[in-house]
Amino acid sequence: MSRPRLIKESSAPLPLDRELLVRIHDLMVKTRTLEERLIQMYKQGHGYFWIGGPGEEAFNVPLGLLMKKGQGPEYDYLHAHYRQSGTLLALGEEPIGALRQMKNTATDPYSGGRNFAGHFSLRKYNVAPVSSPIEVQYAIAPGTAMVQKRLGGDGITIVTGGDAGTAEGDFASCLVWSSRPANPLPILIIVTNNKWGISTSGDGQHGETRVSDRGKAFNIQSKTINGNDPVEAYQELKAAMEYVRKERKPFLLEAMVSRLYGHSSASGANYVADEVDCLKTFEARLEQEGVLTRQQMDDLRNRYTEEMAAAARTARDEPLPAPETIWKHIFAEDK
Amino acid sequence: MANMAQAIRMALHYAEEKLGVTDIFGEDVGAPLGGVFTCTQGLKTTWNSPLDERGIIGAAMGIAMGGGRPVAEIQFCDYVYNTIDLLKLAGNTCWSSNGDWNLPMVVRTPVGSGIRGSIYHSHSFDATMTHIPGWKVVMPSTPLDAYGLLISACKEQNPVMFLEPKALLRVKGEERIPGEPDDDRALSKLIDAPLGDRSQWVPQWPQLEEYAVPIGKGKLVREGTQVTVVSYGRTLPLCARAAATLADEGLSVEVIDLRSLWPYDWEMIKSSVQKTGRVLFVNEDTEVTNFGEHLMRRTVEELFYSLLAAPRLVAGKFVPGIGLADTLEMASVPQQNDITTALRTLANEQP
Repeated sequence: MSRPRLIKESSAPLPLDRELLVRIHDLMVKTRTLEERLIQMYKQGHGYFWIGGPGEEAFNVPLGLLMKKGQGPEYDYLHAHYRQSGTLLALGEEPIGALRQMKNTATDPYSGGRNFAGHFSLRKYNVAPVSSPIEVQYAIAPGTAMVQKRLGGDGITIVTGGDAGTAEGDFASCLVWSSRPANPLPILIIVTNNKWGISTSGDGQHGETRVSDRGKAFNIQSKTINGNDPVEAYQELKAAMEYVRKERKPFLLEAMVSRLYGHSSASGANYVADEVDCLKTFEARLEQEGVLTRQQMDDLRNRYTEEMAAAARTARDEPLPAPETIWKHIFAEDK
Repeated sequence: MANMAQAIRMALHYAEEKLGVTDIFGEDVGAPLGGVFTCTQGLKTTWNSPLDERGIIGAAMGIAMGGGRPVAEIQFCDYVYNTIDLLKLAGNTCWSSNGDWNLPMVVRTPVGSGIRGSIYHSHSFDATMTHIPGWKVVMPSTPLDAYGLLISACKEQNPVMFLEPKALLRVKGEERIPGEPDDDRALSKLIDAPLGDRSQWVPQWPQLEEYAVPIGKGKLVREGTQVTVVSYGRTLPLCARAAATLADEGLSVEVIDLRSLWPYDWEMIKSSVQKTGRVLFVNEDTEVTNFGEHLMRRTVEELFYSLLAAPRLVAGKFVPGIGLADTLEMASVPQQNDITTALRTLANEQP
């Protein structure tokens, strides 16, 4: 198990290609400005509730970049939770989709104005619908992994959730179903540990030293990483995904992350200064290593901030779904 | 004739051979037992799951998302209650994703009284299940309907809850499953696993034919002119016998087997009630917030001026469980005499 550490402690040169570093940074900034715009929309009354994952960009962006993107069991499935806009943007989604979901317009591509912000659903990229009840995705994910195991190939299932939710039985279900000796499953079980469950601190809830230690009881390979370092996150995710793709066995990855704006609008959605800001620390390192200048990064941030504001204005003027559409999609038509 | 357990088994065999069913699973569903009620003996896609109901429903959802076609079993409906939020999620996945995702999955579970199952093996699930939008809910009362409804369920693009009245699982049908042999004993030799060592046993399936009972269509079991009785599952045969008894008294009772609870055959109920002016709804779920109450409400709202008497509901008592003692079970859920008496009273009621 690697020891979580801060990026600034590192003195080693950045081990990823410059192009990849710039791309990760770009998506992290894009995600952060999207989340900040979502919070602003909520505070301005252009949405009823905000929940999201600013602070988790350093982990979520690499995850999206590393996914085998496509539809059907040949490709990776993502059973996500509601803190993963970075993953969706890294998959190629445009931010206006999330803004439309916040504004619950008819154009919301993930739910047609029916679901909360951050509750993505994208069949074309195997992103299963995000649920508000936490951890249920851990009970569902083994199903897609079973289909993939039977199919062969290298598609895997990825399931993510928070540390507080590991108290739910569905997390145990996932460990049990993924590791049965007769049928181990190609599933990457991820827990992003931000040390909080709404307002309850992890210290009062977790008897285990590391959430990843729970994998040991099931003979599941596991690791805890620093999810605030996009370089470490990229490398560790890549290694874990390669293991799952090749061995067709589960892997439990715990990523230590920050919760920069609290849990949701229920807790105010204000910036929490004493958390590690993965974007700030990454930018310091990029500047130090000469990958990007401060000016370039500031310009990027300003450009995205303006783009998000413009996209939010577009979303605000779009119509809400018509009342009679409540009767649509209760059942699927024969396809 | 096949009993309902055999009919279910044959439908599942047909479905895994012809309809693309990929996984038939649940607790003790695979070899060697083949289901505690023998419904899954000898099938090729069966497997035993961990003893984890949430895992079972979750896995079914995931398999359906992944492009498989699962038929999951919850051993007794009493144990499906801890999966309610997953059932809600399965029901709303199509709607909440604005039609992007759909879940072609079937969940089978035995329901109701009749085997002296005491507090945790006698529950009904029709009221609870019909409270969760996005599911289709069916409940056969004959082996042939079980066969036909299960085949329809396995062709659905949506989640289907297949409720099996456990009291009727061992009752032989009066109609033949298309393709089953003429001789009951011959059928049993072909598809019932032997007692003892089954490791070498291979079933010999008859040449079954497709027979689909459309979901949403009721069955007119008996025509009548003076009073209508609408039921499903275990209480349906009781209603049919009550109608036969009352016919001897000169009373003409129309009997409707609803078969599908959602969507249900309102047109059949409506035309019958418009004809008879009197209706009794019968099921054995607890009477408070009962599915029959919904049917009564709709009857009153839409058919009030066709009614000659107040609609009635005969249902299970609103008590926390069904006690083991014969007397307790009999007192808790509708029995033959309760239905006959209710029908007679309703038929004779004058404004």
